[in-house]
Amino acid sequence: MTVADGRAIITVLGQDRVGILAGITAVLAAANVNILDISQTILQEFFTMIMVVDLKGSNLDFFDLQKQLKARGEELGVQVTMQQAEVFKFMHRI
Amino acid sequence: MPTLFSFTPEEILETIRMVQVENLDIRTITLGISLRDCATGSLKETCRRVYDKITRRAEKLVAVGEEVATAYGIPIVNKRIAVTPIAQVGEPSGESDLTPLARTLDRAAQEVGVNFIGGFSALVHKGFTKGDRAIFNSLPEALATTERVCASVNVATTRAGMNMDAIAELGQLIKKTAQLTADRGGIGCAKLVTFCNAPEDNPFMAGAFHGPGEPECVLNVGISGPGVVLAAVRQHPEADLGKLATIIKNTAFKVTRMGELVGREVSARLGVPFGIVDLSLAPTNALGDSVAEILEAIGLERCGAHGTTAALALLNDAVKKGGAMASSYVGGLSGAFIPVSEDNGMIRAVESGALSLEKLEAMTAVCSVGLDMFAVPGDTPAEVIAAIIADEAAIGMINNKTTAVRVIPVPGKKPGDMVEFGGLLGRAPVMRVNNFSPAAMIRRGGRIPAPVQALGN
Repeated sequence: MTVADGRAIITVLGQDRVGILAGITAVLAAANVNILDISQTILQEFFTMIMVVDLKGSNLDFFDLQKQLKARGEELGVQVTMQQAEVFKFMHRI
Repeated sequence: MPTLFSFTPEEILETIRMVQVENLDIRTITLGISLRDCATGSLKETCRRVYDKITRRAEKLVAVGEEVATAYGIPIVNKRIAVTPIAQVGEPSGESDLTPLARTLDRAAQEVGVNFIGGFSALVHKGFTKGDRAIFNSLPEALATTERVCASVNVATTRAGMNMDAIAELGQLIKKTAQLTADRGGIGCAKLVTFCNAPEDNPFMAGAFHGPGEPECVLNVGISGPGVVLAAVRQHPEADLGKLATIIKNTAFKVTRMGELVGREVSARLGVPFGIVDLSLAPTNALGDSVAEILEAIGLERCGAHGTTAALALLNDAVKKGGAMASSYVGGLSGAFIPVSEDNGMIRAVESGALSLEKLEAMTAVCSVGLDMFAVPGDTPAEVIAAIIADEAAIGMINNKTTAVRVIPVPGKKPGDMVEFGGLLGRAPVMRVNNFSPAAMIRRGGRIPAPVQALGN
C-alpha cells in the first residue's frame, strides 16, 4: 500500500516496564523505518509513547509493518497502534 | 510537551481514545449504483443485468473499506449498497410481481459481502405507476424471503402533499409483512421505511436508495459517534447550555472530519465520485453508544421526561453546525437518530415508563429521522398503523424536513413484552398504542394537499 506523504503515527499505551522502546524500535530498524520524532510520558496513569515515523524507505508494506508492531506489542504487554498521519491532521486541523 | 509536527500528543491521544473507548467509527460507506440501464422488457433479463452490474461495480467495496479502515485505524462498521428505486427498474418488464428482483438484489449483496442493500423502493407521493404498484404487490413476500434487501416508500413531500391511499395500503402491508415473519418477531418490517421528503443520497439503512438525480455511481458516508458526544457532555456537568452546544459542535466537527477523510479515500480508491457525508448520530446497543444517554447527560432523569424535546433540539442543531463546517458536502438525513431498539437508553426509557409513543413523535419534530425501530402490539389495527404514518408524514410535510416510520407490529406480543431482533437491529419493548380508531379518516383516502409555503407561522 502506498502512503500519501510516507508518514505514520505509532502510539504505544500500557504499563511502563524495561525494554518497551527498545522492543518497538528494533522492529522499525529491521524494517528500515526512520523515526522522525518521539515523545514519551505518563498520561492518565498510562505509559504513553508517540512516534512519528517516515515509511518512505521501509522494506515492509504498511499492513505487514502494522502486524509486526502489534505482535511485538503483545509480547511486551502494551498496545501498539500505527495509523497514517493524515488522520490526525484531518481531525484536528482544517 | 513537544509538538509532533502539527499536532500535540494530547490531540493524538484524544483521537485514539475516541476510537478505542468511545466507539468512534464510520457507521457505513454506501455505494450508490444506478440500475436504470438494466431495465428491459423481460424480468429475467433485467435480473441478470442487475446482478452483473452490482457485482461488477461493488466487487472491491468491502476489501477497499477494510484497507482504509486499517490504514487510518478508524473502523468502518458497515459496507452497503443503494440502488435505483426498483419500481423504475422493474416497470418496463410489465410484471406485477417484482419479488424475483428482490431475490436478485439479495444474491448480489451476498456475493459482494455487504450486509444490506437498499432500494426495493417506490416514490408514490403523488400516485402510482405500474412499477410502483408492482412494488406494493411484492413488498411482504420480498421482505419475508430475503435477508439483506431493504425497502422504502416515499408517501409524502412538502411540495406534493400526502398520498393517503398509499399510506392506508402500507398499514395493511406492514401487518402482512409482520405475519409472514411472525416466527422472527415480525423482522420483515424492520427492513421497510415509509418516508416523507425522502433524501436521494441517504447512506443509512433501511431507507437508502439511489435517487433519480444521482450520478451513475457514487460513494456516500454515514458517520456515527454518540459515544464520543456522550463522553464530551459528561465531562462538562457545569457548562450552561450555550457552552454545551459549543462543546457538542467541537466534537461533531472531529467526528465528521473522519467521515470526510474516509469517504474521500475510499471513493478515490474505488474510482467513483464522493457524494456526501451524512452527519447523523447513529446509536448502537454498545455500552455508552446512545443518543438517549446524551439527553440524560444534558440533565434529564430519563429520556422522555419533559425537556427531552428541547434537549434533543439543542443536540441535533449543534451536531449539524459542527458537522457542516467539517465536510465539503453534507447530505442524507444528517441529525440525531432515535431508534428505540438500537439504543439502550431508549429501551430503558420505554421500559421505565418515561417515554411514550406520543413523546417519541414529538421528539421527531426536532431531529432526524422519525419514529424508528419501535414495536407495537401485533393486534394493532392496520388503520392505526396507517394513522401513525400519516401523523409522522404530516410533521415532515409541514416542517419541510425528512420524517420516516419504521414500525414493527409484533405478532402475539402485548405492551410491556420484549422482542429480540438480534444483531444491529437490537431488541425492542412493545409500546402502548392509542387505539381510539382513526379508521373512518383512513378510509376516506385521497391526497392531503401540499401546504402553503408562505405565511409561515
